[in-house]
Amino acid sequence: MTSTPKGGYAARDRGWHPPALTPPYKTSVKRSPSAPLLSFPSTLSEETGPVFGHHILGPQDNDLLHNFAAEGQSAIGPRIVVHGRVTDQFGRPVAGALLEVWQANAGGRYRHRKEGYLAPLDPNFGGCGRVITGEDGSYEFRTVQPGPYPWPNGANDWRPAHIHFSIFGHGFAQRLVTQMYFEGDPLIWRCPIVGAIPSREAIESLIAPLDMARTLPMDARAYRFDITLRGRRQTMFENRREGL
Amino acid sequence: MAGPSDETKETPSQTAGPYVHIGCTPNFAGIEGVYPEDLGQRMKIGPVKGEEITIRGAVHEGTGTVLRDAMVEIWQADAGGLYNAPNETRGTADPNFTGWGRSAGDMETGEFTFHTVKPGRVPCPDGRLQAPHVTVWIVARGINIGLHTRLYFADEAAANAEDPILSRIEHRNRIPTLLAKPEGGGVYRFDIHLQGPSETIFFDI
Ligand SMILES: [Fe+2]
Repeated sequence: MTSTPKGGYAARDRGWHPPALTPPYKTSVKRSPSAPLLSFPSTLSEETGPVFGHHILGPQDNDLLHNFAAEGQSAIGPRIVVHGRVTDQFGRPVAGALLEVWQANAGGRYRHRKEGYLAPLDPNFGGCGRVITGEDGSYEFRTVQPGPYPWPNGANDWRPAHIHFSIFGHGFAQRLVTQMYFEGDPLIWRCPIVGAIPSREAIESLIAPLDMARTLPMDARAYRFDITLRGRRQTMFENRREGL
Repeated sequence: MAGPSDETKETPSQTAGPYVHIGCTPNFAGIEGVYPEDLGQRMKIGPVKGEEITIRGAVHEGTGTVLRDAMVEIWQADAGGLYNAPNETRGTADPNFTGWGRSAGDMETGEFTFHTVKPGRVPCPDGRLQAPHVTVWIVARGINIGLHTRLYFADEAAANAEDPILSRIEHRNRIPTLLAKPEGGGVYRFDIHLQGPSETIFFDI
């Protein structure tokens, strides 16, 4: 039996996500709302959202090795492919999802005017890319593996190597920003930003394993990062008459 | 058949960090030549229907300081109350209005600006009409999970009074935090306070 998901979005599990206030991540202290969030069932305003066509993409948007590089050049660093599938909480593939990614270069340096880390810029690396998922929710891009970097929080805090992701599903309620980490990085378990996530299980869902099966011999290693977006409940037991 | 028992967990959120502009508005961040233009910069891609307005504001942290590393996105219906989305089934929205805007904020002042239209009214699932509103989403360094709020219009008192969501708000004195104030010339001011006495109402939707 197939059924059309026309119900509202399943509520976010706020105990699974990081809470707003996580004092070891100091910037959260003054940027976290202190009043409780106001809950209401999703309406059309959250169940719809912008959808981006493949026509917005340039041929090198998913190739961070080359999309900023001079003709005939490429970014320096360990070459990797990052791939995975975007599905919703009920296992349905999310086709047409726009993923925007950004990251530091292989030395841990961002191309940003406010970045103060002494590691050098790579003239051939910009640090942004984007991709839209296919019919089965799959996506793929290639890049260099970013380096870890120090940041002003504690006296000696280092971010584990990571790639930032911004994800659009089909409804604005699904909007998500997160970070992907790399299997085996000892800095993951020392990071106050990672540590904002309450459970080890949730943290592990952000750690991409090395995927030898997708590795390109003599070219690039592969990491797999699957993403789960919120899902819409089915209508059968929807009770939306009272309240909303 | 999928049911609550085989529901998997959503991917956990992480902060957008200080460099969200590299990924989402690279041209603004000085990384030019990768994308022809930053997404969400233009909400009007041709002559639009309805009243053209400008929404302006800033995001303030608990110390009162304005954020300069935030990214604000808005999503709204067109002047006729229709969403420019594939799952809009009630009609066809104005093709020249995307409904979605993204602002990195001004480099110096942190102020965000959206050139948009005043949205029409959209029904709730039970058929009651909502007041004209704009869905607002904020991410930044120090924000562990994107914040959702809504912008309503202070000059829509009658519609606001019967809005099903505004009606649910227990602390009536906080409602003004959701009201954009007309400043003349089609400009509406909407300041977002992450914390403090005028903390904006944020939603779990
Ligand atoms: Fe980062």
